[in-house]
Amino acid sequence: MIRDITIGQFYPADSVIHKLDPRVKLFATMIYIIALFVFKGILGLGIITLFLAGIIRMSKVPFKFMTKGLKAIVLLLIITSVFNLLATPGDIVFWKWGSLQITDKGIINSVLMTIRLVYLILGTSLMTLTTTPNQLTDGLETALKPLNKINVPVHSIAMMMSIALRFIPILIEETDKIMKAQMARGADFESGNLIQKAKSMVPLLVPLFVSAFRRAEDLAMAMEARCYNGGEGRTKMKPLKYGKCDYISYGVVVGFLVLVIVAAVLLPFPQG
Amino acid sequence: MSIILDKVNFSYSQETAYKIQALKDINLKIEDGEFIGIIGHTGSGKSTLIQHLNGLVKATSGGIYFNGQDIYDEDFNMKELRSKVGLVFQYPEHQLFETTIFDDVCFGPKNLGLDKKTVELRAYEALRSVGFPEALYFQSPFDLSGGQKRRVAIAGVLAMKPEVLILDEPTAGLDPAGRDEILDLISKMHKELAITVILVSHSMEDVAKYVDRIIVMNQGSVMYDGTPKEVFRQYKYLEEVGLAAPQVTYLMHELHEKGLPVNLDATTVEEAKESILCALRNNEAKRLQ
Repeated sequence: MIRDITIGQFYPADSVIHKLDPRVKLFATMIYIIALFVFKGILGLGIITLFLAGIIRMSKVPFKFMTKGLKAIVLLLIITSVFNLLATPGDIVFWKWGSLQITDKGIINSVLMTIRLVYLILGTSLMTLTTTPNQLTDGLETALKPLNKINVPVHSIAMMMSIALRFIPILIEETDKIMKAQMARGADFESGNLIQKAKSMVPLLVPLFVSAFRRAEDLAMAMEARCYNGGEGRTKMKPLKYGKCDYISYGVVVGFLVLVIVAAVLLPFPQG
Repeated sequence: MSIILDKVNFSYSQETAYKIQALKDINLKIEDGEFIGIIGHTGSGKSTLIQHLNGLVKATSGGIYFNGQDIYDEDFNMKELRSKVGLVFQYPEHQLFETTIFDDVCFGPKNLGLDKKTVELRAYEALRSVGFPEALYFQSPFDLSGGQKRRVAIAGVLAMKPEVLILDEPTAGLDPAGRDEILDLISKMHKELAITVILVSHSMEDVAKYVDRIIVMNQGSVMYDGTPKEVFRQYKYLEEVGLAAPQVTYLMHELHEKGLPVNLDATTVEEAKESILCALRNNEAKRLQ
């Protein structure tokens, strides 16, 4: 159940996408998100679909693995599409009941919004699936370095992020262990109404918090014992360096955005 | 009253890149009143195996029978199984959560749906049988020392009155005194409460002294299954899989090679002492003749 969360999970494989510099992937994801919200018309959508499908293919991550992440947002998808469907005013009205109406624009909007959200999750989870959390924070830290000049503690933020990401699987494992231990003592986490269910979480949450605090203390101690005192003057074992593939990817990504914008200008059908 | 495992297979994260086969074709029969040691190096599948015994983990294939009933049957009462097969996890002190020690021990029997009086009686009995000082019953469990927390956690499982008690590395992280205390306690419970005890460990010394049957796990399958003497006779093979026989086994083999006719099956220090003294006396007698 808990293991189905794919956000922030790395899928090891030997592919071009896996080997790219994390900064490239961060940039590409950003451009991809922009493209998702500026595209107009069927042509733009086609370009984005092709781009996404191509990258998924190249990443060698099984498609089944990615769609797992979608399960978590099914409810959100349904709500957005229903609201878009019923609450958008348009030229042609197919059905009306009070302030609710189904119009041509409503249908288009709801379909587009659903596609946007699905693509958003697929694209961003593709990034986390092909980049180890360490690489990701490394890339983020390097990319945001200029912000240091205006007193943003970039290093601390990156360190917090990598620690938080690192602890997700540990805490999941811990939860699993404590759950089993309490189940061995007859605890029941599934049946009962909402209040009973919330109450049954106490034997799980108290030990979980206790252990999380203990781990945090231990980690802080271990870091201090190794003279950690922030990012000042710290060197890297594996400094990030751009390769040939990275420059090509930058070009591809920029080209992709240009194409999407051109398509939006030339053929905005059917959004108008 | 027995547990039978029939061709049990289990793998973690099936159908993903992380798939690991943790158990391969396990066939075991655990009889009533046995004191069993399960030994294996880290990652050999010991912990996974014992979690099958009370249904916390479902086998990928194969069957488990508790007193002749298939525990994977639709109408099998899992809750009852969990009360009959008590499982004390590794570092059990991490699962304490109540405000007082007594309340924490009450958690198990309370979940069985017993009335308040029975629950409290059982908690009291359990705390007594682990030899916990009565003055501390109503203190917070978080203020105790590691060894005492562990006693409370074991009492928490004992209070459910299990017929089979499984302990996963009950001595991990304890000092020698604490280790002996816990192991003596377990052995005492086995005798006095007449329950089946399964002790998981990777220390041969711990296990050799107490158990009467050893199951050696290696890479998810059962490598040896027999009395300590039978198993330790294979000490050379045990070494190959990263385990070791008790120190005395090595001593006895060495002495035997040097020509002293000692008993090679001795597994505890006491037995070894007897055997060496006896051999020396015999030698002396022969020389005098």
